[in-house]
Amino acid sequence: MRTDQADREHSAAEYDEPAERVPFDFSLSRRRFVQVLGAGLLITVGPGAALAQRRGRGGSGGARTVSARIHLGRDGTITVLTGKVEMGQGARAELTQAAAEELRVPVSRIHMLMGDTGLVPDDGITAGSRTTPSTVPAVRRGAAAARQLLVQVACRRWATEPASVDVRDGQVTHAATKRTLTYADLAQSEDLPKVFEQAVPSDVAVTPVTEWKVLGTSVVRPNRRDFVTGEHKFPSDLVRDGMLYGKVLRPPSYGARLVSVDLEPAKAMKDVAAIHDDQFVGVAAPTTFRAREALAAIARTAKWEPAPHPSSTQVFDHLRRRAQGGVPKNPFADQLAEARKTLRRTYHVAYVQHAPLETRAALAEWNDGRLTVWTGTQNPFGYHGELARAFQLPYDHVRVIVPDFGSGFGGKHTGEVAVEAARLARGAGCPVSLQWTRQEEFTWAYFRPAAVIDVEAGLDDKGVITSWHFVNINSGGAAVETPYRAGKARSRYVRSDPPLRQGSYRTLAATANNFARECFMDELAAAADADPLAFRLTHLDNPRLQAVLEAAAKRFDWRERRGQKRPDVGVGLACGTEKGSYVAACVEVAVDRTQNRIVVRRVCEVFECGAVLNPDNLRAQVQGCIIMGMGPALREAMRFEDGKMQNAGFSKYRVPRFSDVPELDIHLLNRPDLPSAGGGETPIIAIAPAIANAVFHATGAAVHEMPIRLPGTTQA
Amino acid sequence: MTQTITFTVNGQPKAVTTDPSRPLLEVLREDLHLTGTKCGCGEGQCGACTVLVGGQSRLSCITPVGNADKQTILTIEGLAAGDNLHPVQEAFLAEGALQCGFCTPGMIMAVIGFLNETPKPTEAEIRSRMDDHLCRCCGYTKILNAIKRAASYAKR
Repeated sequence: MRTDQADREHSAAEYDEPAERVPFDFSLSRRRFVQVLGAGLLITVGPGAALAQRRGRGGSGGARTVSARIHLGRDGTITVLTGKVEMGQGARAELTQAAAEELRVPVSRIHMLMGDTGLVPDDGITAGSRTTPSTVPAVRRGAAAARQLLVQVACRRWATEPASVDVRDGQVTHAATKRTLTYADLAQSEDLPKVFEQAVPSDVAVTPVTEWKVLGTSVVRPNRRDFVTGEHKFPSDLVRDGMLYGKVLRPPSYGARLVSVDLEPAKAMKDVAAIHDDQFVGVAAPTTFRAREALAAIARTAKWEPAPHPSSTQVFDHLRRRAQGGVPKNPFADQLAEARKTLRRTYHVAYVQHAPLETRAALAEWNDGRLTVWTGTQNPFGYHGELARAFQLPYDHVRVIVPDFGSGFGGKHTGEVAVEAARLARGAGCPVSLQWTRQEEFTWAYFRPAAVIDVEAGLDDKGVITSWHFVNINSGGAAVETPYRAGKARSRYVRSDPPLRQGSYRTLAATANNFARECFMDELAAAADADPLAFRLTHLDNPRLQAVLEAAAKRFDWRERRGQKRPDVGVGLACGTEKGSYVAACVEVAVDRTQNRIVVRRVCEVFECGAVLNPDNLRAQVQGCIIMGMGPALREAMRFEDGKMQNAGFSKYRVPRFSDVPELDIHLLNRPDLPSAGGGETPIIAIAPAIANAVFHATGAAVHEMPIRLPGTTQA
Repeated sequence: MTQTITFTVNGQPKAVTTDPSRPLLEVLREDLHLTGTKCGCGEGQCGACTVLVGGQSRLSCITPVGNADKQTILTIEGLAAGDNLHPVQEAFLAEGALQCGFCTPGMIMAVIGFLNETPKPTEAEIRSRMDDHLCRCCGYTKILNAIKRAASYAKR
């Protein structure tokens, strides 16, 4: 592993490419980079036993171990290298805090080098809320080990014991003799590089939560100033010498095959390159405008063979009909027969798009058979492998560099834009920048899967759930298991034959599964003639989920508000757990029947993810999840017909805007006694069912679909 | 068909000979290398491309560069004077009003244009006017706080 990493780094160092520390200064040579990094003291962080066991998505990159590296420059400059990326979720700040805490330096001393596959260790995909539970500990262990080694070097010099020295503010002090050595002093030691070339013990002690000085505080994003000045270069902003702007020819409908195309109209245009390889057709031109003109000229000549494609109005029938192995039957017929009441419902959840504000973008450059791609991805090493395979390149002939980019939400895991840019660059013989249009993003990026969910349960005469059967067709198994005591219970996910390309999205299927479950719980509560809060608490054993639910209800004044009878106003609640964190939301809605609108007036959400690493950043994530989650809850749904997307633009696909922002009361339940879990996803899973349950309360009609429609209407 | 467009961009006189129907956004980004102004949708629906033309906020993705002839244009790069940030930039930093930051330049330019016209906006006015501007991270709460803070700076 380490040898492999070292090899990769060595080969990458042959590139004449910059370091992120001096962002996107392309004149910065490799030599300068080495100077920036200093003597190149290297620590490899091995996996802790616990992490190895919890290895999974986003944690370790498959069989690879979780690792991080720390460089100490001769001037005392500290650079932390990580394969994680920053897309607005706050990884840069939190990983900076992790290193600063353990190295005992101010955060301003830490430079983060992120997501450059030529230089950083593979920390796995930035997804699944794994940065907090996996990469933060890995960086902490690496930094703690570095500090201990520096202390050892100082102690050897002073012929004293580590217990007799203190480390503070980047310097080691021997109080008894009033001697100090800074990290910069220690970086001069001839033997230090050798000392640092050891693996970090997996049991290296890290700072206990009670002694945290930097972790647990609201450290701001280190490079935030560059975003308000426009200086930060996003992937779509990057320029290389001689670069052209690319465009790719898309089929007119899903599944359509290209029969023929004439490139001549584009080739006749000045300085335009046109590329055709099997189904791939693209152009590259000195400006986006001319690339668009060239593409339009080619598109007019293209002949396509269309393919049948189900429409969005048929999609739920389609998914049910094509459920693999059929839809499983409820095995609890005996329990249902004995139940006082039984309830069976089906829920539909529409396809939605992530719609990151920065569409997919990549800049590709070839040099002597080596490929460098700058792009926005949550999966730099995944892209790296994808590019190597696509172009049949040795692994070390590829480098993927990920500048902080314009959001992902689980939507930027696959490397198609990078491959397309690289194809155009190879064909054009010069660097090519490709940024997908909004329409392409809404049509050809992958979608959050649509779901068909069947739920059936029985209640005894005390209103207690005696059996539970839950089937998710197509959308996924995340949070499919109920957190409630439900007697005989089975929950499962069955695959189908999805008509759209689908993939990850903030919390994956947990949103759909929690929506169905929590809406169903309100109908069960009504059947049991119980208050929704009391009904849930009766069936909950999990103290952490109980705690957030009770806290939210208390802050919202649930009992009082639920008891009020106000025309066209309702309150609802929902809770859930996923990825080791816990959330509950209480919502007040007003139903405007004349406008056919649901207005979310007030949201109270309580979130708990163990020890909070950065309160302000976590609060921003919770705010973002709530408001983002309101979109699919109320309005977002991809509409397609005859293989064509009908609403591939922000004018037809309305995402949450300023006017949608409700009054927010967010409470972060800090649990310093528990390990930190990630917080960028789970806060989204309670909002949609809480709104639905509030609509149920306001109208008396239960909700069975997302987006939520008012009873008797076809469109909310 | 090309035309020579002359305009003032961030205080500098500029001349660009190009097709006048090209979007101002693409001329700023590709010809003048001012990439702080972003393309989020290309159809005037997200506000990421907002710049000031003659002090008023404009969506540069749907503004033909020909319409900017002889105009004074201000982009995000033209706000700070050396190390001194514009008060609206300061307000966004003070409130931590950015997540991915891709909407931030357009938001800031829009707020400046808005406060030029309406120095003491109400919350309802802010929401209404800013409704054309998308933050897909949905960091609207902090952006609202930043706008209120910026308005309070202006009142001083």
